[in-house]
Amino acid sequence: MQPLLEQACLDTLSMVGWSTLIAVVGGLPLGVLLVLTDKGGLLQNTFVNKVIGQVVNIARSMPFIILMVALMGFTRAVVGTTIGVEAAIVPLAVGAIPFFARLVETAVREVDHGLVEAVQSMGGNTWTVVRKVLVPESLPSLISATTTTIVALIGYSAMAGTVGAGGLGDIAIRYGYQRFESSLMWITVAVLAVVISLIQFAGDSGARVLHRRAGKGGEPLRFRAFTGLLPGGPATSEATATAGSPAKSG
Amino acid sequence: MITTSGLTKVYRSRGREVTALDGVDLHVREGEVYGVIGQSGAGKSSLIRCVNLLERPTSGTVTVDGVDLTALAGRGQRASKELRQARSRIGMVFQHFNLLSSRTVQDNVELPLEILGISGRERSRKALELLDLVGLSDKARSYPAQLSGGQKQRVGIARALAGDPKVLLSDEATSALDPETTRSILQLLRDLNQQLGLTVLLITHEMDVVKTVCDSAALMERGQIVESGTVGELLATPGSELAAALFPVSGEASGDDRTVVDLTFHGETATEPVISQLSRTYNIDISILGAAMDTVGGRQVGRMRIELPGRFEENVVPIGFLREQGLQVDVADVADVAGRAELASGEPRLVKEGVAK
Repeated sequence: MQPLLEQACLDTLSMVGWSTLIAVVGGLPLGVLLVLTDKGGLLQNTFVNKVIGQVVNIARSMPFIILMVALMGFTRAVVGTTIGVEAAIVPLAVGAIPFFARLVETAVREVDHGLVEAVQSMGGNTWTVVRKVLVPESLPSLISATTTTIVALIGYSAMAGTVGAGGLGDIAIRYGYQRFESSLMWITVAVLAVVISLIQFAGDSGARVLHRRAGKGGEPLRFRAFTGLLPGGPATSEATATAGSPAKSG
Repeated sequence: MITTSGLTKVYRSRGREVTALDGVDLHVREGEVYGVIGQSGAGKSSLIRCVNLLERPTSGTVTVDGVDLTALAGRGQRASKELRQARSRIGMVFQHFNLLSSRTVQDNVELPLEILGISGRERSRKALELLDLVGLSDKARSYPAQLSGGQKQRVGIARALAGDPKVLLSDEATSALDPETTRSILQLLRDLNQQLGLTVLLITHEMDVVKTVCDSAALMERGQIVESGTVGELLATPGSELAAALFPVSGEASGDDRTVVDLTFHGETATEPVISQLSRTYNIDISILGAAMDTVGGRQVGRMRIELPGRFEENVVPIGFLREQGLQVDVADVADVAGRAELASGEPRLVKEGVAK
């Protein structure tokens, strides 16, 4: 039981770690681009904005389990297999990129336009604005967004057992639920709860410290995290929709 | 130093057109502090943002330090390299400071130098020197959130000066500050103007700002410049709204058989004590109802409202004497003085020589 849990922990960590990294690398530019190409943005381009927006919406409305199956061909092309931890990282990352991109969009929109103007008046170009203003100024919110993405990915990764990737969620379902080893199930759930709490705490503290230093009132922007662990498309898309909705009002 | 000609800005939204600037011709001389005053919506914000092309004018040209910026702009929304270089030589300060909250004070001042590609050591030397200039050398390591409004604006000014600009644009720089801080920031702008020979174009809705620091001023209404000139020129302009606002005088006649006269001293007046001469020469008692005077370069500038005994007809000779002294003389409307109906809403209407408008 002990080595089983240890291996599961490592698998989950590896899946979530890599897919978060890829989601941040891919989602950050995408989210920034969504803001820049929007009406009144520095690179206003309605066509590009609409295309990216639609792609992001479609990718986000797809239940993870379907996404995973639909991407099998792509996964094989990328990592050479459709089974195991590596194979799970691909759909996890692909699913998380648009999710993170929307959160980035919301965060970056919060940046005061006056700061953009100030840098423009100094002779800065768009790249300077992104590098010196949009990203550093929205950093507390970006940290919150990353925390939310990690938590959501831990949830998604529970479904990765379907492709034999293992991980904590897989143990909970296969050993705990299906084999009626309820003690094992509750242990994994407890471990997951602790891990998620720790991540949420670390993320919140980091965001709060930066937010306080920046002297902004109130609490930093927080995204409602997806915390469900059981496979279920509707719950996922509902949670992500809540997280993304401030973008529309902003 | 700054010249705009025929500057027009039209905003289009959902088929409606709003003209923010309607053929603005502005001329700011080198080394002067030029104030553009107007109510909100008059177009002054559009004007100052058109000067460094943060806002693209619909038509017209902007020339700063001999460079036609409108020609550099290029097409499209994105700024060309040449325009960005030209912008780096124009400093700008903002109403809400626009400091990056994620950077320390020193790093904020270094930002324009980073954009100019200046090396790290040179950057921090320059930044500390500028912070010293604005009196904030002890705050270099603080974050903007730890500063007061006035200190933030000083950082904003230091940052605007980092690129060694010849021109400083001030977009309502003191409007978010209390009166005392406003005075100290204006004093700083004045000092920089004199020490560095900086040309300052500022926009404001506060007459006090113009009064305190400006050499020249322009009044904007509905996208047009209604009046403009040096403070002396404005005072010399009969019926100038700006002059009246810069040097407001009020006070009512104490009786029906009095004549109320407004005198304008616009710098060309002889430095003799005109009022006491008038009193002695014609042996009349003069009461001063109100005055807004300043002495600029040993000459008196401003307006004064005095009351002479007797009706207008009896005072033709003393008024002629005042005119001879080079003063501009406006006599309060006789009908108004008698009626007093309009006084509730302000000063009596002024008419030249008592001729009804």
